[in-house]
Amino acid sequence: MPEVGEVCDKVRSKNAGPFWLTIDIFCGTDDAFARLSGGLTTKRVAEALGTDPTAIRRFDIKDLNVIKISLPRPVVQGHPGDRDMHGAAWASVVAELVVD
Amino acid sequence: MTRILVPSGALGLDYDEAALERGIRMNPDLIAIDGGSTDSGPSYLGNGVSKYARSSTKVEWKGLIEAARNAGCPLVIGTAGTCGTDGMVDWLVDITRECLDELGWTPRVATLKSEQVPNEVGQRFASGQVSALDGAPDLDRKTIEDCTHIVALAGAEQIQQAIETAAEIIIAGRTTDTATIAALPLMRGDHAGGAWHGAKIAECGALCATNPQSGVLMVEFDKVGFTVHPLADDARATPQTVLAHMLYENSDPFILHEPGGHLDVTDATYEALDEVRVRVEGSRWVASDQYTVKLEGARVAGCQTLLMATIRDPRYVRNAQAWIRDIGHRHAAKVENRTGLAPEAWRCDLRLVGIDSTLGEMETRPGAPTEIGVLCTITAEDQGTANEIGKLMNPYLLHHPLTSEEEQPTFSFPFSPAEIDRGPVHEFCLHHVMTLSDPMDAFRLDVINA
Repeated sequence: MPEVGEVCDKVRSKNAGPFWLTIDIFCGTDDAFARLSGGLTTKRVAEALGTDPTAIRRFDIKDLNVIKISLPRPVVQGHPGDRDMHGAAWASVVAELVVD
Repeated sequence: MTRILVPSGALGLDYDEAALERGIRMNPDLIAIDGGSTDSGPSYLGNGVSKYARSSTKVEWKGLIEAARNAGCPLVIGTAGTCGTDGMVDWLVDITRECLDELGWTPRVATLKSEQVPNEVGQRFASGQVSALDGAPDLDRKTIEDCTHIVALAGAEQIQQAIETAAEIIIAGRTTDTATIAALPLMRGDHAGGAWHGAKIAECGALCATNPQSGVLMVEFDKVGFTVHPLADDARATPQTVLAHMLYENSDPFILHEPGGHLDVTDATYEALDEVRVRVEGSRWVASDQYTVKLEGARVAGCQTLLMATIRDPRYVRNAQAWIRDIGHRHAAKVENRTGLAPEAWRCDLRLVGIDSTLGEMETRPGAPTEIGVLCTITAEDQGTANEIGKLMNPYLLHHPLTSEEEQPTFSFPFSPAEIDRGPVHEFCLHHVMTLSDPMDAFRLDVINA
């Protein structure tokens, strides 16, 4: 089974303010969007990110072939326990998930 | 029609001068640029300082002052000096005076200040005027009053008041990213949904187009919607690039909250006018019953001392996780024994650069490198304590053996002293809005003698 990053064009993660993270999966094609929209569950994403699935806000945007996943930061930006000030590396966690 | 020229996503990021020149020839009604963001962390607000170099800020600001003079239109900056504190407004006023001296120009200059007195915010909190946004940390009055700086994000109303002073240069403290762009179109009666939506699309300059680094963008607002026009030679906006920008650093791609209401772009349409320009219509502005402004605040979370060692011995590289676990336990016991400090009075984060330092427990592919960096971060209430705890760590990072039988190893330290004091570190503690009876209640507008 392929990984998310092999099916889509690009995964990007950023802060959305100091208390939220947002991950954008740019699928590129209708086929890739359909594959990931169905094959990547919010539950799997929540497990990989170590967060509660009910805290995740997910937008499957057909017009753009984009899946957007937003979640409260498990560690607030800049807290001594924060390893990634700009939330840059969360994209890799999602990109490396195997698609169902 | 109202034309707003946006030179780049932030002052300090540079802009394409030829494209800016092209924009000036198109007769803009206002030049708007953003000076800040929380994206680089709490230290800038906590200390009230700029992220960008003063030298870059001055060169670029002087270029924009000249552009505004040539265009004969106002120049507005929001969130001066990264964090938008009063001190950063004054910092940019100083830079402005130097630029104006050098240019031999004496325009009217207005400042809009956004900083809040923590005790006053504490009083408003106690009287129920401060409420939490989704994902906010727990808040009490003491946390508010401990903040070193609190700023309120001004919206279009406060920028409009500044524009009404007929100032040629407006230097604003913290504003929303969009307010400086949306203010004039709204004043002139352009479509409200279009004004806010166009402002959101333009707030990062040409990031909504191809060649995002080129910066310069013109947005034309009218009674129905807006048109996005990137101005660099090789920059093109397409319906896709424009629509995609609603995703950027935004938790909800369809809704954007602003003082006084929210923008809803669910039904917006995006149409390519030609190879370069995109037309957007159908965005909606929904006014709220109450006028609220978002607050940002940071307080000191302790002081830090860092140590860094590098490990090259292959056996230690292979067993690094077990090695730092052992060090962590021994060091904690030593700190308690030597200083009597309670475990909750300090923290030590040991991270293996090359293995999993970026993701920690989320890492599923730990590295198998030739060498490893060990980054040790000590956080304690004051610098002396953090340094002392760092000194107690030092011998372990230099000499700790994997087993008691082996000869004492030595690891590589890049610095002497090994302990690097970082000073105070800050934390964001507000993700809240404050209700105002009048938009100017929390803000101060002055026309100054520059």
